[in-house]
Amino acid sequence: MMKDAKSFNVTRWTPTSRLILGLIAVLLIALAIAPVVASAGVIDRLTVLFVYILLAAMWNALAGFGGLVSIGQHMFFGLGAYLTIRLANTGLDPFASMALAAALVGMISLAVSYLMLHLKGGEFAIAMWVLAALTHRLVNLDPLIQGETGTSLISLNVYEIGVRRIAIYWAGLTAMTALLAALFLLLRSKTGAAIQAIRDSEEAAASIGVNVLGTKRVLFVLAAVGIGLAGAIWLASAISFQPKTYFSVQWTAYMIFMVLVGGIGTFEGAILGAVLFFLIESWFGDAGVWYLIGLGATALFFSLFFPKGLWGAIERRLPHALLPIGYTLSDFSPQEPHSRTANHQRSR
Amino acid sequence: MLNQLIQGILLGGYYALIAIGLSFMFSVMRVINLAHGSLLIVAAYALWFLADTYGVNPFLGLLIVLPLMAGIGWALQRFLLERSARGGSLLPILTTFGLAIVVDNLMFQRFGADTRSLAPFIGDLSWSSFELPGGLFVGKLSVLIFLTAILLVGGLQSLLKFTPLGRAIRATAQDPDTARLVGIDAARASAAAAAIALVTIGIAGAFLGMRGVFDAYAGAPQLLFAFEAAVIGGTGSLWGTLIGGIFLALAQSFGAMVHPQGFLIGGHLAFLAALFYRHFVARQLVADWLRSRARRPA
Repeated sequence: MMKDAKSFNVTRWTPTSRLILGLIAVLLIALAIAPVVASAGVIDRLTVLFVYILLAAMWNALAGFGGLVSIGQHMFFGLGAYLTIRLANTGLDPFASMALAAALVGMISLAVSYLMLHLKGGEFAIAMWVLAALTHRLVNLDPLIQGETGTSLISLNVYEIGVRRIAIYWAGLTAMTALLAALFLLLRSKTGAAIQAIRDSEEAAASIGVNVLGTKRVLFVLAAVGIGLAGAIWLASAISFQPKTYFSVQWTAYMIFMVLVGGIGTFEGAILGAVLFFLIESWFGDAGVWYLIGLGATALFFSLFFPKGLWGAIERRLPHALLPIGYTLSDFSPQEPHSRTANHQRSR
Repeated sequence: MLNQLIQGILLGGYYALIAIGLSFMFSVMRVINLAHGSLLIVAAYALWFLADTYGVNPFLGLLIVLPLMAGIGWALQRFLLERSARGGSLLPILTTFGLAIVVDNLMFQRFGADTRSLAPFIGDLSWSSFELPGGLFVGKLSVLIFLTAILLVGGLQSLLKFTPLGRAIRATAQDPDTARLVGIDAARASAAAAAIALVTIGIAGAFLGMRGVFDAYAGAPQLLFAFEAAVIGGTGSLWGTLIGGIFLALAQSFGAMVHPQGFLIGGHLAFLAALFYRHFVARQLVADWLRSRARRPA
């Protein structure tokens, strides 16, 4: 065994992944200064893209890495928006309200996790949906919201329209970057090793001493905070809050679509899926019912024939993971170019 | 008060009726079918279409619609669930959710946004009632629904217990590979189970259409009611589903008494309370019982 261990190089960063990280840094800087040159329309659309990427990455964190398929994640989307309205109504700055609302969503999800994480598979999936429906009803009782009539984030009016647009854009960019970075670091940490072990086999992970429930809880809360932030940013750009449009299962359907098409359980796949969904929506969003039928049929098709999604197909052809979550094992002798990453050794 | 109790119990019969197919599929196929609600609406629309276009009484229409539903169930298992179950236990959730989106929107495309009902096609059954001693009135349709639920649960239980097909279905549910070893065609047993589940969905869909109105997107709330009834009653237990449905309906009626918008909230809270009981109280009780047995000298 020792001899075997000696004959491999264990590396995490490859030249490719360093290059990719550098490119991502350049892209993020370019996006940060984009408002200087980009038109208002482009800025608005990019904000939408950031929200989609955030939603996809967070649903993927829960389902792809934690093995927790939820049909009720729109609960946190709605709560993020609702709590922003509630906090801003006390006179707090709207942007501070958004951040605080996301933190509160995290606390609520922590409390909820103590009951919900005991459920398995499909039971967890629909029980989350029931919880979302209950939250929706309870929010409707708040006199400030006036039932389905809804209300608006009026306090945003203190910012002039041009400033407001760029501030929301930056908020979206920051939220997306921060949560993706948090997820990336989490997956690379010791907890990340536990997460990947759980993803491959919950029983096996538990048998070698992984704290399954605690690890899932970390992902559950992270996903709730991210989706709560997404809801708050969506509210800021849409201004009006109608409970029905935020607490809509449509949002969860979008998340599922993005992750299924992009590639469930891969960090890059969720981002790819979100970008694709964004493009599809831009091109076919006006087709109404047929657009929705197409989305559902595509999700159905991928679940049956490409359960690993597009990134699953791309990843197989790459020598290394673009963003290293696992480790790369390469043969010590330089003549042997074969190498495999731990990322590729999945048994799902 | 007594009146509300009786109405609640009868409404519970309806919830049990719509939950039977979901519970049956879960207990014998280990699949939670997220397209369950949408399929209820498919059956209701099919009956409405027959009644509206050809003047077919919905009860007679069932003779056409139920075989169709059985066919849909068979195809659902053969072409979707069988394949998706190979990808793990989580994938069928996504597959059936995708199916629900497709089915809902196709129905919207075909039938539009108007709400429909089967009530106009069943004569006075939709509104006439029995008078009970004490001046209480119970709707004939509600009683019929309640009796249908009991008959269906009893029928399914006997089918599972006493018939060769039932034995094959139960064996496949427990362990498909071993079932295959003893000569059971597991794929056929699962497809038959799915067909049976869809027949119960067809019956439930008929009553859904008779007791109220529906539209293309009415499936999702029905799925949640069915799921709540099934979970409260103990997932996978058919008689439990009946008790779960009654408990759900009583909680909703109680919620409506407390607050005008409390109907749904009451039901959802009852569901959460049942989950809480199952995972914290009941588990503790079982653990205590086992410990006390272990301590007892032999």
